[in-house]
Amino acid sequence: MKKSHLFVLAIIAVAAAIILSTTADASVYVGFGEARARAAEGNTTKVHVVGKLPRDAQKRPLGLEYDPMTDPNYFAFTLVDTTHLAQRVVYNNPKPQDFDASEQVVITGCMKGDVFMADNILLKCPSKYVKKDLKGATASVN
Amino acid sequence: MNLLIGQIGHLSVIVAFAAALVAAYSYFQASRGRALGQEDASWLRLGRGAFFVHGAAIVSVVVCLFNIIHAHRYEYYYAWSHSSNHLPVQYMISCFWEGQEGSFLLWIFWQVVLGFCIMKFNRKWEAPVMAVFSGVQLFLVSMILGVVLGGVRLGSSPFILLREFLTDLPVWKMNPNFVPKDGTGLNALLQNYWMVIHPPTLFLGFALTLVPFAFAIAALWKKELTAWVKPALPWTLIGGGVLGVGVVMGAYWAYETLNFGGYWNWDPVENAVYIPWLVLVASLHGLVLWQKRRTGLRTAFALVVATFVLILYATFLTRSGVLGNASVHSFTDLGLSGQLFIYLAAFTVLAVALLVWRWKEIPISQKELTAYNPELWVFVGATVLCLGAFQVLFTTSIPVYNSFMGLIGIKTNVALPADQIAHYSKLQLWMGVGVALLSGVAQIMWWQRNTKETLVNSLTAPTLLALLGTALVVLLVRYNGLSISPAYVVLTLAGLFGVLANFGTIFTLLRRGVRLSGGAVAHLGIALMLLGILASAGYSNIISRNVSGLLYSREFTEDLNRDNVLLWRNETAPMHGYQLTYTGQYFEVPGVPGYVDKQFLYRTDDDYKALARAPITVDGKVYYKTGDTVNILPENTYYRINYKDQKSGEQFTLYPRAQVNEEMGGLLASPAIKKFWGHDIYTHISSVLDPRKEKPWSEPKMSVLSVGDTIFLNDYFAVFRAVEAAHETAGLNLQKGDLALQADMIVYGEKRQYHVHPVFVVRNRMVGSLPDEAEDLGVRITFNSVDPAKGKFTFGVSTTQKDYVILKAMEKPFINLLWSGTLLMALGFGLSVRQRGSKGVPADTSAEAPAEPSGRVIRPQPVG
Repeated sequence: MKKSHLFVLAIIAVAAAIILSTTADASVYVGFGEARARAAEGNTTKVHVVGKLPRDAQKRPLGLEYDPMTDPNYFAFTLVDTTHLAQRVVYNNPKPQDFDASEQVVITGCMKGDVFMADNILLKCPSKYVKKDLKGATASVN
Repeated sequence: MNLLIGQIGHLSVIVAFAAALVAAYSYFQASRGRALGQEDASWLRLGRGAFFVHGAAIVSVVVCLFNIIHAHRYEYYYAWSHSSNHLPVQYMISCFWEGQEGSFLLWIFWQVVLGFCIMKFNRKWEAPVMAVFSGVQLFLVSMILGVVLGGVRLGSSPFILLREFLTDLPVWKMNPNFVPKDGTGLNALLQNYWMVIHPPTLFLGFALTLVPFAFAIAALWKKELTAWVKPALPWTLIGGGVLGVGVVMGAYWAYETLNFGGYWNWDPVENAVYIPWLVLVASLHGLVLWQKRRTGLRTAFALVVATFVLILYATFLTRSGVLGNASVHSFTDLGLSGQLFIYLAAFTVLAVALLVWRWKEIPISQKELTAYNPELWVFVGATVLCLGAFQVLFTTSIPVYNSFMGLIGIKTNVALPADQIAHYSKLQLWMGVGVALLSGVAQIMWWQRNTKETLVNSLTAPTLLALLGTALVVLLVRYNGLSISPAYVVLTLAGLFGVLANFGTIFTLLRRGVRLSGGAVAHLGIALMLLGILASAGYSNIISRNVSGLLYSREFTEDLNRDNVLLWRNETAPMHGYQLTYTGQYFEVPGVPGYVDKQFLYRTDDDYKALARAPITVDGKVYYKTGDTVNILPENTYYRINYKDQKSGEQFTLYPRAQVNEEMGGLLASPAIKKFWGHDIYTHISSVLDPRKEKPWSEPKMSVLSVGDTIFLNDYFAVFRAVEAAHETAGLNLQKGDLALQADMIVYGEKRQYHVHPVFVVRNRMVGSLPDEAEDLGVRITFNSVDPAKGKFTFGVSTTQKDYVILKAMEKPFINLLWSGTLLMALGFGLSVRQRGSKGVPADTSAEAPAEPSGRVIRPQPVG
């Protein structure tokens, strides 16, 4: 076997290792049901959960708990996942600004006891990219 | 309403498209079936002419679009959605490339410039290279074409009118010529000088990858499989430098502007540029290997093609909307994904097919490389770079797999790793180790004759010194109460070795009087960058952590990292060797250095204008007098944080920022950074009382006072000193016949006293009052009524939530190594370009490295 063949084999081995490590590290999008099942099995790998905030008649989100005076690093809220399963979530960081306005919330983390410990929150806000509203366009005509 | 300029612009786009088509075809015909340098003169003339027309049309498009932005022509969607009346001129340039169409245009423009350079400097290769250039231009221009062909919309035109885009607005029915008075503005995050120069640098880098690609394709086509390397090499060097600097510029912008706590977040948009840069640098090594040592040509071919394909893939990733939730800042999906995919597929298939067709004919070196050949180590280094690129590529593409599986009907739910930093660092760290070690070894070996003896001689010193340095670093890290993992020890060792070996090479070459080696300088820069990254990212320390000393018992009893600290206004709190005081909110006022206290400004109905309540002075110079109108930038509120070192007593002030930014989802924090030579203190706001919302005031408590009385307001007290006729106070707008009185009150706060002047006005027998507040204290006083007979005055006192900020602060050790390493790297690239550009440099190194054994250069021999 020539040295160059060995070299090629080494490259292939590293590439395979990379693919394996990515597969191992890759997370999944799940519902809270599966997140709980994983925790019950003792699987503490972090998952992604997509959900919405429950809201009252005035569209205000329900069940947000954040009091910076007592603890600026404790924010708890309830999230309803795509299968309509509600779950209490704790985030040990300040409440993200504009959390209330978000349409969709993506959290990463895992279940710990009765609550889902989130270590990352990604908000999807209504007017994020494409500008579609023209304020005052109906009122003023010139 | 100016429709002409848009029509000229759109027509220019169409002309540019057609001209690119003609140029591509003519250049193709000029070169078809002929050897290099024997082109058909008339086709060549036609191609050249068409490319000139193409270039002129592109310039015309740029001018038209810029005019639309500059003249605030809001009848056009592009101006309306990316600009506004208040935007300073320098940021209008950023508007230009905020949108996808504009950034395509920038890219197209650079390739026009490069095309002209090729015509001038590489005449021999003009026809086949420009055929490829024009073909690429054809595809790129099609992205901004904006015409409908057979029911399919081709490209997205930047000259689309507002009424063509927002067709549903009812206003068009009443008045089709409606023009909005103001635009929606440039994303305030991008109103930053880096965003003026970072995108052009990056797109120049993108455009530069086309040059070696076009040469490689031309070489494969014309079967000039070796001659292309020499003209392509300097362009690749420039590309490597420009793209590298562009990437770091983006990182620096993110460090200064975003709040994820660093300069690199492994966001797909960042990765999309990082991947091709790694491969570009690898391809550069392949080209140098061939140019200097006649080996590695196949590698060079494959990597040059891969670089360009990866640039196209990056474009596809960031602009097709395929990333979806995975990235916070990808472009808007303009429905171009199909077109982008065709573009990507067409060039990939074409290039790979050509490469396969000629593969066997590409000369290879017959010599089996041994460990004594530096070529081997350069080659291994390039491989390491490619493997590093492969990891980032494979992971970043996860959303693509989901889309692809969805397309063939299989639902998958794979997500990006939850801890991306850990995932990428795991491998990139070892890539760094490889790069640092190999660059050091290869640089030393490259310039000398290598035997066991010479190798031991030249490698001993840097190795020993690096070991010594690493031991010292480990001791110092331990001494500071931190731990260092084995992987970090290895990276430190490799980084130090890279620095010392490359430094040694530079020194040796200078002493030998050869010249300053650009390669060694660039490698030295990269080794320094690696050390800087290791220190600043590996030992980034959250200094606002667990400072409260309180214990909470919520769901968990275990210790949690509490990364944020709450600061009340004007109260001092300890944090990691500092005393921190938050002392109020500030605005930026153009023309006034630094920031201006909000309490000096009286806001008006126009968000961008305020009245000065007191003289605004900085260092004794008066910028505005009381009552003057002051232009402000209302999006940004700055929170003044005073840091005082508990030991030395030294003080400094940081102004972290909260920005009202609807586009990015509301309120956005940007850090403030204090730079020391050895570390940065990085501070950002995590939560504040929303500056967009009116403060909720308590029900006023009434008190009836006489002059000289004292009243108690919660924790403070105030003395009512006098009543006087109100002067032209800010915001009052007094008219003849008005009666205005103002009370002079002094409120005693913790730190200082505040003059509060509530005003009482009688105008046309109507009574009004203008409250005044001591913002620091959260106290507002209203002057409600006057009883002249008894000399009694009624005041209402309301209070509000006391102002606070929640902030996070970090220490970034030795981050300056990263930035200075980047500068060295850029310098190294520059030196190499200059040396390669200058005449008289021999094509191979026999003159420079006389120690090489003779007969080393193997003549290229086609095989197969």
